[in-house]
Amino acid sequence: MEEKKKSLDLSKLISKYSLVIILIVMMVVCSIANSNFLSAPNLLNVVKQQSVFILLALGAMLLISAGCLDLAAGSIVALSGVVSLYAYQIFPNVFVAFIVAILVAIACNLVSALMVTVFNTPPFIATLAMQLIARGLALYITGGQNLSGVGKDLAAVGQESTLGVPNSIYIMLILFLAVVYLTKYTIMGRSIYAVGGNEEAANGSGINVKAVKIKTYVINGLLTGVAATIYLSRVNGGMPNGAQSYEFDAMIATIVGGTSFSGGVGSASGTLIGAFIVGFLNNIMNLVGIDSYLQQVARGVIIGGAVIWDIYFKNKKTYKKGK
Amino acid sequence: MADNIKMEVRHISKSFPGVKALDDVNFKLKKGTVHVLCGENGAGKSTLMKILYGIYHQDEGEIIVDGKVVKIANPIDARNQGISMIFQELSFVSDMTLEENLFLGRWIKKNACLIDWEKIRDETKKLLEKEGLPYKPDTPLRSMSVSNIQMIEILKAVSFNAEILIMDEPTSSISNKDVESLISKIEELRSRGMSIIYISHKMDEIFRIADEITILRDGKTITTLQKDETNIDQVIELMVGRKLENQYPKEIMEIGEEIFKVEHLTKQGVFEDINFNVKRGEIVGFAGLVGAGRTETMNTLFGLDTYDSGDVYLNRKPIQVRNVREAIANGIAMVTEDRRRYGIIPVRSVMENASLATLKKYFAGGRRHKHEEIKDISEVFEKVRVKTPSLETPIKSLSGGNQQKVILAKWLLCNSEVMIMDEPTRGIDVGAKKEIYELIGDFAKNGKGIIMISSELPELMGMCDRIYVMKEGKITGCLENREIFSQEQIMNYAVS
Repeated sequence: MEEKKKSLDLSKLISKYSLVIILIVMMVVCSIANSNFLSAPNLLNVVKQQSVFILLALGAMLLISAGCLDLAAGSIVALSGVVSLYAYQIFPNVFVAFIVAILVAIACNLVSALMVTVFNTPPFIATLAMQLIARGLALYITGGQNLSGVGKDLAAVGQESTLGVPNSIYIMLILFLAVVYLTKYTIMGRSIYAVGGNEEAANGSGINVKAVKIKTYVINGLLTGVAATIYLSRVNGGMPNGAQSYEFDAMIATIVGGTSFSGGVGSASGTLIGAFIVGFLNNIMNLVGIDSYLQQVARGVIIGGAVIWDIYFKNKKTYKKGK
Repeated sequence: MADNIKMEVRHISKSFPGVKALDDVNFKLKKGTVHVLCGENGAGKSTLMKILYGIYHQDEGEIIVDGKVVKIANPIDARNQGISMIFQELSFVSDMTLEENLFLGRWIKKNACLIDWEKIRDETKKLLEKEGLPYKPDTPLRSMSVSNIQMIEILKAVSFNAEILIMDEPTSSISNKDVESLISKIEELRSRGMSIIYISHKMDEIFRIADEITILRDGKTITTLQKDETNIDQVIELMVGRKLENQYPKEIMEIGEEIFKVEHLTKQGVFEDINFNVKRGEIVGFAGLVGAGRTETMNTLFGLDTYDSGDVYLNRKPIQVRNVREAIANGIAMVTEDRRRYGIIPVRSVMENASLATLKKYFAGGRRHKHEEIKDISEVFEKVRVKTPSLETPIKSLSGGNQQKVILAKWLLCNSEVMIMDEPTRGIDVGAKKEIYELIGDFAKNGKGIIMISSELPELMGMCDRIYVMKEGKITGCLENREIFSQEQIMNYAVS
């Protein structure tokens, strides 16, 4: 009896930390496959590259947990990037770049949120519309040309390091901790999960469902705006055609990280690990020289597998329990 | 009379990891009879039915149809053996028409690609006529009521030439009137020689239609009884395995001051000129047929819906209930009907479900007061006797009765003054029902006002101090004296 309980605890432990275990196993396999993998510069580089995705993935996690999603994130990164660079050219200060990018991204998300809450448009359609609008605007105001003029202070955000760690990683970590706090220690966090878990029951318990959705989109806007500024800095210019389909990479990361597409379940730490798993996988595929088209196939297989894992294993447990 | 046996279940056992769901179950279904399966939730009824219908497979034991051992690997096998099943949650495509649903997946074809719609129409008409159902083949199912769709399911079973029909709680979501037509349909099917396995929680209904009653408890068959040789008390006693002294533990309380009053509440086309009041310590019932406007009225008073005119008073002061937040702030709570849909957040923990209406308290000042939350919830869970492995367990893995207790706990944490309960014991087994009744009684004893909607008249008559009856959006009567409550009088107000 005692032994049985112990093994039960062990299997519980494994299922609880399955993501961490997968990440560690992956890193071990990767380091055997390529000796460069475990070097500090390579690891830091991967995390740096993932910073933009992690910020978008945190936003996607919050939205999906609340029963929404954002298909416009990539376009909004492009739009707020170019608008922010225009503003920066007039007021060359890195904070101006941040603030303008954040405001533009929040404005776009507010439009999506209003479509979703006031006009009851399904999030999929509303943000698909926003995707076209934002991308179109970015192309229109730039005439389709890339913008240059990233000054030294702005370039430092995505290109330089402090104490050997890239600056973008600090920014990403601060926002990551903020999202951890939001989800675990605030009314807003509880409300997001309640709304995504069962909108009608949340409403029936006195939660203002529409306000929660609007706020979640605004938070997603904030994260997207910061991601846009880092992106702008890293590519050293405003790219109206850039950040294509970044929203999908963000969703892949958060879903690999255990966020349930049916809503109500998702965590910041899971999303972070999910983004690392995806990032390291891309990295090792590059290091061992896998064809880039095949890499895309591999990513597809991973997201399919993650969702099947989510539906089959997680639901199977409850399915068996229920009589 | 061995040839009189249509189906026999012998020594069936079935285990799920950690649970023995069925343990040596035996029963015999006689030809042309209605055989009721009784048991608390979790007794194994649904598992057994799913085995008979090929959704699960037994670990041990055999199923015998017409004297031959049969293997039922999937629902298609079951149908081929003449077994049809009508699920509690009806399965149909609501955007399709009656005839499309009827022939879904077994289309009559002209050739390899084309469907012969004319023939389907003819067949559907013939079936409808044969069963005496007044529907048109091209009615979209979306526009039909639950009870009508149930008839379509029966029609489907008949069209499969089913000889054994399994019905899982068919009356759990239809009105009393529709129960009547369902029962007469079942009686008709029986007289035509169909054998019916019927699962239900409602004792009065069971005793009307059953020929035999088999009782399951903890996955074992306790006994099979002839209806004429038993009574409700015995059946309940066998189901729960102990004596239930009194199904409705009503205590007569001292009735206090008026706490809640509604005047001239009107919403065009839904309800009209609703007037009623509730006093402290009082349990006020609302009876009526489904569609009489009871749920709509109460949803409005809880801020889930809007109203056109009327006044609401709490403790003699006028209040506004424009949304749920206002209602809760005023001290109104509501246990909604359809727990899964409106009541619980299935994937979240019992703790998160319980504190959902009091988040401001546990997150005051912008940080989480974890210990206070855990302490309060543990206390209130003890009070309402929630059984849960831990506070972190997702609420969906609890039984219906325990889920309902978590919801009651949620409202207790709010210190609500008025509790509206819409079908508070639906889908909850007999033992847990009594606990819920006791809790409702406790609320009343603590000076709260209780409003209770129920479709089970015995429950209302057993628990309430007064009963209002609604019909077509109006209050048509009020029974004031609990000594002389009568089902006849309630039905009188409800239909005439």
